[in-house]
Amino acid sequence: MKQFEALTRKQDSEPVRYLIVDDSVFARKSLAKMIESFGGQVIGEAGDGCTAITEFSRTKPDIVLMDITMPQMEGIEAVERIVQQHPDARIVMVSSVGYQDNILAALQKGARHFVQKPVKPDALYEIIRYVLNDDGVTATVGAAEEKSR
Amino acid sequence: MKMELIQPFIGSLDAVLAEMMKEPAKIVDLTMEVEGYRRKGTAAVVTFRGQIEGRVILDMDPAAAAHVAGCLFGKEVDSSEPIVRETVCELANMVIGNAVTQLNDRGFQFKVLPPEVLTQEQCDKTGNDSEATVLCFETSNGRVYLNIAMKYLQRRTRERSAVPVA
Repeated sequence: MKQFEALTRKQDSEPVRYLIVDDSVFARKSLAKMIESFGGQVIGEAGDGCTAITEFSRTKPDIVLMDITMPQMEGIEAVERIVQQHPDARIVMVSSVGYQDNILAALQKGARHFVQKPVKPDALYEIIRYVLNDDGVTATVGAAEEKSR
Repeated sequence: MKMELIQPFIGSLDAVLAEMMKEPAKIVDLTMEVEGYRRKGTAAVVTFRGQIEGRVILDMDPAAAAHVAGCLFGKEVDSSEPIVRETVCELANMVIGNAVTQLNDRGFQFKVLPPEVLTQEQCDKTGNDSEATVLCFETSNGRVYLNIAMKYLQRRTRERSAVPVA
């Protein structure tokens, strides 16, 4: 897989920390592999919305990648609950279903962006960079490599 | 079944296979299901509800499914490994999700349910009020089948709203 310039946190130059929420093991594995190529760190995974809420509070990730269609609690409801408790949460919806209604509902509940499956690594990287830069979270791209020299 | 309903599934499967298998797929056969569907390999079913209701089965030759899982892991994966079934479920989710998104853009509204592994060898024939079409795609790693069964429950929103009030 193509390697991207690492996205790092401005506060400590550490890798950006991700929480992946998807009921599919395949999808979680696939996203984790992309995150690795972005120089990021997966600090938690969840297979449904309820677990996502608990995992968010436990891990306090820099960014969440959230599926929509999941058992028990769907992604849009999980976004609402997480944002109620953590208004600064940065959540990107990742779903195969890209209805305008779904996207609007997720954005209204507090999601920052949307990407449709199958996920293209370049597109996801740009969206994550945009969301993190928008909040002033990321340092200049490539800072991790400079730090490690 | 109207072609306008099938076309999004063909386009979606083509795009998903190209992205996930890193190779083009060629449609080699299209048949109407006469009797119940017999599973060919590793299969997943996705149900959708709304103005059109139905279900779609994505059925892959074991070698084709293992190839996709192997692309993800960067190594050969045996077709009996559980991740292969997971892979087919997620591919089904992507194919159906993308197709119903296109249908939604054309005015049909749906809710898609999470995919499930299809373990039965033989599926019951779809009801008399449903039509099922089986598409067969060929890849260099084996065949991929898409069995689409759906029925109209309501006319789409724009058609309903176009009906003059008496």
